[in-house]
Amino acid sequence: MRSWEWARPVRPARREVLAAVPELDEGRPPLLFVPGFGHGAWAFAEHWLGHTSGRGFPAYAVSLRGHGDSEPAPDATLRAYVHDVVQVAADLPRRAVLVGHGAGALVVAHALARYPARAAVLVAPVLGGWPTFGAALRRNPAGTLPAVFGGRLRLAPRQLFSRELPDADARRYAARLGGASRRAQWALLNPDEPEAAVGRPPVLVLGSPDDRVVPVSALNRAARRYESAPLLFPGLGHDMMLDARWREPVDAILDWLEKEPAAGPSRA
Amino acid sequence: MSPSPEHDRSGPQPAPLAPTRDGRPVSDRGDTVCVIGAGASGLTAVKNLREHGFGVDCYERETGVGGAWNWRHDRSPVYASTHLISSRPFTQFPDFPMPDSWPDYPHHSQLLSYFERYADHFDLRQHIWFGTEVVRVEPAEGQRWDVTTRSTGGYGPERTSRYAAVVVANGHNWSPKLPRYEGLEEFRGEVMHASSYQDPAQLRGKRVLVVGAGNTGCDIAVEAAQQASHCWHSTRRGYWYAPKYVLGRPADQVNDTLLALRVPLRVRQWLYHLTLRLTVGDLTRFGLPAPDHRVYETHPIANSQLVYYVGHGEIAPVPDVARFHDRTVELTDGRRIDPELVVFATGYLPRFEFLDPKLLGDEGAEGRPRLWLNAFVPGHPTLAVVGLVQPDSGIFPLSHWQAVLFARLLRARLACPERAAAFAQRVTAGAGERYSGAVKDSSRHWFEVGHADYLRALERALRELEAGGR
Repeated sequence: MRSWEWARPVRPARREVLAAVPELDEGRPPLLFVPGFGHGAWAFAEHWLGHTSGRGFPAYAVSLRGHGDSEPAPDATLRAYVHDVVQVAADLPRRAVLVGHGAGALVVAHALARYPARAAVLVAPVLGGWPTFGAALRRNPAGTLPAVFGGRLRLAPRQLFSRELPDADARRYAARLGGASRRAQWALLNPDEPEAAVGRPPVLVLGSPDDRVVPVSALNRAARRYESAPLLFPGLGHDMMLDARWREPVDAILDWLEKEPAAGPSRA
Repeated sequence: MSPSPEHDRSGPQPAPLAPTRDGRPVSDRGDTVCVIGAGASGLTAVKNLREHGFGVDCYERETGVGGAWNWRHDRSPVYASTHLISSRPFTQFPDFPMPDSWPDYPHHSQLLSYFERYADHFDLRQHIWFGTEVVRVEPAEGQRWDVTTRSTGGYGPERTSRYAAVVVANGHNWSPKLPRYEGLEEFRGEVMHASSYQDPAQLRGKRVLVVGAGNTGCDIAVEAAQQASHCWHSTRRGYWYAPKYVLGRPADQVNDTLLALRVPLRVRQWLYHLTLRLTVGDLTRFGLPAPDHRVYETHPIANSQLVYYVGHGEIAPVPDVARFHDRTVELTDGRRIDPELVVFATGYLPRFEFLDPKLLGDEGAEGRPRLWLNAFVPGHPTLAVVGLVQPDSGIFPLSHWQAVLFARLLRARLACPERAAAFAQRVTAGAGERYSGAVKDSSRHWFEVGHADYLRALERALRELEAGGR
C-alpha cells in the first residue's frame, strides 16, 4: 500500500523525449535511455540513439525534470524522476527496456518496481551510498563537497571521459552538463533500497574499470544485487555514450538483448 | 505460446480426444489458465498470469477489450457524460500509470483508450478469444476445470476445454437490479433502468423522476436538471454529498492523506463532517433529509453539482416511492407527482450464470458469494473471482493485486504445495471477511471495501504466501 503516492501524486512536468525509430518496425522492444544527474537526453542523442535504431530497435531518451530541455524543477525528488521515467515507458507502444546511466541507473532501479520492464541495463551505475561518496570525494573534492551543503555536484571532464576523447569534445560536452536537484543529490548519499522489481526482468550491468566515478567494487555490488557479474570495458570513461569508443558498450547491450530469451522481440 | 485454434475450428472434430465429459470431447489445455472476461479485471489477470509464466486463454463475449468501459458493448452501463469518480492515482493500475496530461477525473472514453493501450503494451490480445462466451464452468478431477464456450449469441457448436485454473472476471455492473413496486405495471409513463440511459437527449423536455442516490443516480439527476423540464430525485435516506474537490485538491487524495497518517476512523469522520458542513453546508435547508448515518457507512457519493442544482431549484428532492398509479407516482409522504419518465438508478447485481452458485459458497442462490478477500473460493484453490469489489477508490488497482496474489498462489501450488495448502486453510477460515467499517445493510454494500483496509489485507496475504517456506 503506497498511501503517499495516492495521497500526494507527483506533479506533472513537461518532459523532453528524443526518439530515433527504425523505418521498418521489426517488433523489437523499444529502449528507453535514462541519463544520469546533470545529463540530458542529448547525451544519448549524440551517438547511441541513432546506432540503436540503426540496428532495428526503436530508441528513446528522456531528460529527467530539471535536465536538458525538460521543465526546470529545482525541488524535484528522486520519486519525481522515477515518475518521469515510468510515464515515458508506459507511453511507448510496447514493453520497454530501461537503460539507466550513472545516477539514472538508480532511477531505473526504482522504476523497475513501478513498471514491469522487459529488461533493464545499468550502465556505470551510481546507486549511491557512502562508498560512492567517498570515491567521488577522493577524486574531485572541490566538485563534490559543495553538493553536501546543497550546492551543485560538479564533475570534472577528466572524471567523465577517457584520454582518447579529444579535449575539445570533452570540454564541449562538459559545458552542457547541468545539475540535479538538491533533494535528489542528497538521496544519493543515503539512498532507499529500491523495492523488488516487478515482472522479473533480466538485468545487465556494465561499466569500466577505468571509470573515475564508479569504482569496480561498486559495479560488482550492483551486479550482485541482480545476480550477475558486470560486463567491463577497459579504457572507457564514465560517460561511455559520449566517449571515443562509444560503439562497444551499446553493441554489447544490443547483442545481449538479441540473445536474452526473455527480452527478445516477442515471447509468443 | 499462442493459443491453439482448437475451439475456433468449425466443423466436427476428427476424433474425440482422450478425456470426455457426458460423452462430449474435452480438449486438454494442460497448465493453461482460463480467464473469463477481457474488461479491466480480466486484462490485468491475463497480464499478471502471463508475467508469472502461465499460458492464458481469455474468453470475451464482446469484440473488444474494456468490458463495462467500452460504450460499444451492449452490456456497458456508461453514459455519454460518465467521468471517473475517483481521481487518477486511485484508478490506474499500479504498474501502468495514466498519462500526466489527463485530467484528475478522466472521461470514460479516455479510460477505454487506457485499457486498449494496456492490452497493446503488454501484448495481451493474442491471448483473448473475442466473440466467445462461456456457457458452463464445471469442476473436473485433480482440481481442474472444464470450461464450455460457444460464439456469442448462441449459434455454433459448444466446445469444452480443460484448464488448470479459472479466473472469473465477468464484472458486476451489467445485470440491472430493479426493485419491485406495487402498481408499476399500470404506470403509463416511460420506465428505464440507468443501464439503458446513454444520452441527456433522452431526458430533454420531459418531466423526469430519478430513483436512487448512487453516483449514477446523482449524475443523471444533474443532467435532468440541465435538460428536463422538471426533475424529481427520490432517495431512500439522506446522504453525504461529497464534492469532488476539497481544499483545492481531489477529495479522495485529501482523504488518503489522513489515511496515510493513520488517523483513526472517528477522527476522520469528524473532520469529514466538519469539512462538509463548511463547504456543502446544511442539506436540510434545501429540503434534503439529514443523513441517518455517519460518513463512510455508505458508499461515498462524489458529486459537486447535485447540491448546486438543488439550490437552484432545478432538482426537487423527494422521499422514497411508495407505489405507482397509472399516471402518477405516490411517495412515502403521501404526495403524488406526475413524471413522464422514471429512471431507476438502483444499481446492479453480480451474475455468474455459468457457475453453480454453490461453488462460490452462495447456498441460498441469492447472488452473494462467500469468499475470502472477495476473491478466493473456499474448497476450490484453483478458482478465483477478480474485480468483485466495491471500493471507495478505483477498482483496478485492487483487481491488479488480486490477480498477482492468485498468480503467486498458482506458482506456489507447483513449487511448494505446503504453502498453497496453508493458504487454502486461510481461505476457508476467512471466508466472508469484511474490509470496511460498519456499513448500512443493503445489496449495495455487499462488496463494499475500504481500499486501504483491503489493500493492506491483500498485502498481508501476499507476504504470508511468500514467507511460508523460504
